[in-house]
Amino acid sequence: MDFNDTPEEAAYRAEVRKWLDANAPKKAVADDGEGGGSMAASKAWQAKKAAAGYAQITWPKEWGGAGGTPIQQVIFSAEEAKHPIPGNPFQIGLGMCVPTVATFADQATKDRFVGPALRGEEIWCQLFSEPSGGSDVAAARTKAVRADDGSGDWLISGQKVWTTGAQFSDFGIVVCRTDPDAPKHKGLTMFWLDMHSPGVEVKPIHQMSGGSGFNEVFFTDVRVKNSQMVGPLNEGWKVSLVTLMNERLAVGGASGAGWKEFMEAARGVQGYDGHAAIKDHAIREKLADWYVQAEGLKHTRNRTMTALSRGQTPGPESSIGKIVSAVQMQDLGNSALEMLDQFGIIADPELAPLHAAFHTSVMFAPGLRIAGGTDEILKNIIAERVLGLPGDIRVDKDVAFKDMPTGR
Amino acid sequence: MNFDFSDDQKFLKGEARKFLEANSPTTKVRKVLDDDAKAYDADLWAAVAGQGWLGAAIPEEHGGLGLGHLELCVIAEELGRAVAPIPFASTVYFLAEAVMLAGDDKQKAAILPKIAAGELIGALATSEGPGVLTEGSVKTTVAGGKLSGVKIPVTDGDIADLCLVIAKENGKSGLYLVDLNGAGVTREAVKTLDPTRDAARLVFKDAPAERLGPAGEGFALLEQINDRAAILLSFEQCGGADKCLEMAKAYALERYAFGRVIASYQAIKHKLADMYVKNELARSNSYYGAWALNTNAPEMPIAASAARIAASEAFWFASKENIQTHGGIGFTWEMDCHLYYRRSRQLSLVAGAPRVWKERLVSHLERRNAA
Repeated sequence: MDFNDTPEEAAYRAEVRKWLDANAPKKAVADDGEGGGSMAASKAWQAKKAAAGYAQITWPKEWGGAGGTPIQQVIFSAEEAKHPIPGNPFQIGLGMCVPTVATFADQATKDRFVGPALRGEEIWCQLFSEPSGGSDVAAARTKAVRADDGSGDWLISGQKVWTTGAQFSDFGIVVCRTDPDAPKHKGLTMFWLDMHSPGVEVKPIHQMSGGSGFNEVFFTDVRVKNSQMVGPLNEGWKVSLVTLMNERLAVGGASGAGWKEFMEAARGVQGYDGHAAIKDHAIREKLADWYVQAEGLKHTRNRTMTALSRGQTPGPESSIGKIVSAVQMQDLGNSALEMLDQFGIIADPELAPLHAAFHTSVMFAPGLRIAGGTDEILKNIIAERVLGLPGDIRVDKDVAFKDMPTGR
Repeated sequence: MNFDFSDDQKFLKGEARKFLEANSPTTKVRKVLDDDAKAYDADLWAAVAGQGWLGAAIPEEHGGLGLGHLELCVIAEELGRAVAPIPFASTVYFLAEAVMLAGDDKQKAAILPKIAAGELIGALATSEGPGVLTEGSVKTTVAGGKLSGVKIPVTDGDIADLCLVIAKENGKSGLYLVDLNGAGVTREAVKTLDPTRDAARLVFKDAPAERLGPAGEGFALLEQINDRAAILLSFEQCGGADKCLEMAKAYALERYAFGRVIASYQAIKHKLADMYVKNELARSNSYYGAWALNTNAPEMPIAASAARIAASEAFWFASKENIQTHGGIGFTWEMDCHLYYRRSRQLSLVAGAPRVWKERLVSHLERRNAA
């Protein structure tokens, strides 16, 4: 038991380090936090990686990948993170959309899309969630109907929501209702589409945290060709499972202020009796709990990496990351505000400790507890897929979608 | 990255599980639970000695198997899973570790082979009453090689042969070995929350005592011993916590209420998912502890604290929610749920309560981050 690379991994790490030292950006480009601020820098870095075979290391060589192993990807990402690299707006496309399209598409379509996506020339978004269905993706109401002009084309109408990166995406994959008379899982079809098509309208969502990282996307008779269907007609649910399988790997855990920042703040804030707050035992107990959780997650990742390093499939322990870190982000942030006492209401980054990092945590954590699987859905997943407990009794499986109760 | 046990260690773990399933089913554990006169399972103790487990981490020159601490960790996990009613922790995690850490050659040669052979049961005596023991509060004293004072509770103090005692000599703390079968020792068993793990009140009156380790550094040494024991205990806790989750799952899958299996209710599913998350966090922290113990890393106090805190929380949560999942039947003496509930309390308190370790952890973090 140790934390060392195998000789092969060490050699790969050395090679990666050498390449990054020669090629990685030397200083950070300002990012507006919404993925678009440093787009030029992001695209330039992606193109460089693609040319060297580092853009998607585990992809096969015919797709422009390196045919590498998951542990090589882990090593590259860890080394890359040590450099001031720009944001990565390609992750959803390369991690979820393009593999889905490529799994079902013909060779010409693959040839058309894989390369440009890999090189960062084209960005993809995933259009699944709707106002009436977040966790329940199969309840999608956005409909696709055949055009009545004999062209075989489809007309898409409806609304998607929480679409990351829609504002700068070139293409998207969209789940549509094609048979409302069938039960809900059996009347869906997946299409890819050009986000610049007539009838597509993207509106940013104003989040409770103040930012706008996500969008609403409205479709009004958006015309797509029958050849843009991904997978068979009315088999869109099965196709979307291919996409979603990759999502939980892509939605990362919480970042931002953690136990170290909390401890630093506690040293500088007055607690009871005029001592620093770090001397308060209630504060110390909480700090200990957060440290232990954070270490638990860190070493769980190390266990996952060990499985990858040994060429094994990681165990289910890798599924706990977001569920733990998102809740901790919220509670830790709130405890820090309470530690500041009355001053905690001040969110001005000029006045609040650590440029109001704890306030940011408190206001962003509610979103993180929902994105990419809510706490409740993730617990269902652990219960059903890890522990093997039965699924819920369903009232929506055999009912025609159009007859399903919707509440409004 | 190689942050897992080896195939050989996993094989040993599997063999240990089979051995304990055969030699220490809960029907046998209950013989110790139900019989006040029975302090431990002497047959199992002898069998465990026969397997070489008592000397797994003891060097071959002192009669052990000379394997290492990672092997001891996987054995510990299985002992916890089986709620084994034997003085393994007292003898191996505390006494043997203390002797290997601080004993001189003569002490090692005299004590370790006997431990490995199952001929000597050990104990560690620190507590003198309710609340946290501090260096200032120790009342037991040593003068002229004779130790006097009262220690309560001493886990396995009613059956141990050799006890390591913290006491003060010339106003400074030290650790002393006392033969509990010798002169100047009286002992009486006390009723414990987990009757499968006994404890005693020990009264020393001019009992012959031999110092272990340097004079005046008893507390510093005790902390090192507790770190090592805490890591090993955390594996017992992980084993127990995982078993509780398995019991809860098995019951939830067979019990029907309101026309459906209770495992299909989200209230139950989420409870079990919460158990799983805590158990995995505990396991990962314990693995780091195992690494620190095996390499004698300077991070050991922090790693041990984290392992102890996470594993105590996981076992407590899993053992109490296992009872809750079982409902009324879980509250009966006949169901095994309470064996784990009791053991979770015993393991969380025997080397100092988690809140003490939290304080200790933060103190170390403050020092590390100031450096």
